[in-house]
Amino acid sequence: MNKSDFTILVADDDPDYLFQTVFNLEKEGYKTMAVESQAEAESVIARFKPSLAIFDLMMESDDSGFILCYKIKKKYPDVPVILATAVSHETGLTFSIDSEQDKSWIRADIYLEKGIRPEQLDQEIMKLLKL
Amino acid sequence: MAVLKVLVIDDEPGIRSGVSRILNNFHVTYPFMDEDYTFEVIEAGTGEEGIEILEKDMPDILLLDNKLPGIQGVDVLEYIRKRNYDIVVAMITSYASLDVAIRATRDGAIDFIPKPFTPQELKSSIENITKQQYLKRITHKMQQEGKKVRYQFLAVLSHELKAPLNALEGYLRMMQGKQAGELIDDYATPIERSLQRIQGMRNLIMDLLDFTKIRLERKEEKIQEVNMAEVASTAIVTVQPYAIQMDVNINLDVRANVVIMADPDDIEIIFNNLISNAVKYNKIGGKAEITIDSSETEAILIISDTGIGITKNDTENLFTEFVRIKNEKTRNISGSGLGLSIVKKVVELYHGTIKVESTPDVGTVFTIRLPKKPITIT
Repeated sequence: MNKSDFTILVADDDPDYLFQTVFNLEKEGYKTMAVESQAEAESVIARFKPSLAIFDLMMESDDSGFILCYKIKKKYPDVPVILATAVSHETGLTFSIDSEQDKSWIRADIYLEKGIRPEQLDQEIMKLLKL
Repeated sequence: MAVLKVLVIDDEPGIRSGVSRILNNFHVTYPFMDEDYTFEVIEAGTGEEGIEILEKDMPDILLLDNKLPGIQGVDVLEYIRKRNYDIVVAMITSYASLDVAIRATRDGAIDFIPKPFTPQELKSSIENITKQQYLKRITHKMQQEGKKVRYQFLAVLSHELKAPLNALEGYLRMMQGKQAGELIDDYATPIERSLQRIQGMRNLIMDLLDFTKIRLERKEEKIQEVNMAEVASTAIVTVQPYAIQMDVNINLDVRANVVIMADPDDIEIIFNNLISNAVKYNKIGGKAEITIDSSETEAILIISDTGIGITKNDTENLFTEFVRIKNEKTRNISGSGLGLSIVKKVVELYHGTIKVESTPDVGTVFTIRLPKKPITIT
């Protein structure tokens, strides 16, 4: 399978982050679908099964990313999900899936800090897509 | 040996007796705990009964079913949160409703025990909760000193400051790698967007400075007679260029000549923020109306607009730091999320009140009342 056989859904309300992520993914060869809100992401998920999804945590509400993870896993349990946010790990804010307790109900496969290098992101994606 | 009281509120008798049976012979130890914890279980079949027991026995841990015959589990949570009771709450629930789970988490529930549960599942949840309760009590002192609030503020602030930096870094890396082409013209959009993000960050920093300033102590010598209409006019001039772009008509209606004793910078902060919001969140071709009036004891400022409005739900958090109402209509409007929290702090500094009334797609009215009599600023 080639990277071009995979379509990655990216949802982020920061237009610059969205633009850059999509730009980098397409440069790597993936197909992409970009949406700017939880609502748009939900309507995409209803009609279409992406190969992988990258969700921002805070969009219309502080927990948009959680809800999207939950909904996409319910519909397509085999689609890997990356949850991305700029909330720092070190601040100890509750948005991480480090603890077992969080893992039990946050349905993302991995959690990434924004500001990650494109090469790193690609490596994580290849791992999740078993490329 | 310490005993923790566990209250279980569930309308199914089987669940209640199950919890009693499982926890009666259970104890929790942990290396850094001073002592072992054992459990005493109290049962309630309804939320109402639960609250009664809560008031009488003050349990340490609450296991709470959401679906109850009378008041719901989330109502009990709300009751506890409002009174600031030091009780760790775990919801007994099926994972079916994530929405409930998230709302419950916000209201203070720290764990979810799936129903039906095995003895082992209940034990490991209780173990987890006991440890958290222990830690919570250790950190209680820290919270009392207000450190936690400051910590959270800094956490969100770091998020707000890092987002534009991430955007800039991404664009610069794109240019560094010449990823969109060889010519500088190939990067017109990234450059334009970078400049906009810098402007956004600058606004945030300016707001932060205001925010810090109003938290600092007031010097008495800065308090002077301030003419409300004059400050309002200056603020209108500042916002005017933006209003012209938006084709918003700003009208000042001075019904009474109001002079109060205040630091003029503070009054300027109030008008600048509210008038610029009245333009920013307006419709193209809309109106912003500033009314200055007075009662016997108070100055009354009314700032109304014909803009996108705010839903009743959203008005609740409107004055909280870094809360920005995110929806389709506000998507392209930039803001620091600090403006209204700053306004509220200033108003409260002068022992005044601020009220908001809004109808989505019709407009928003902010009413501020400030005492006219000189007061001691706290």
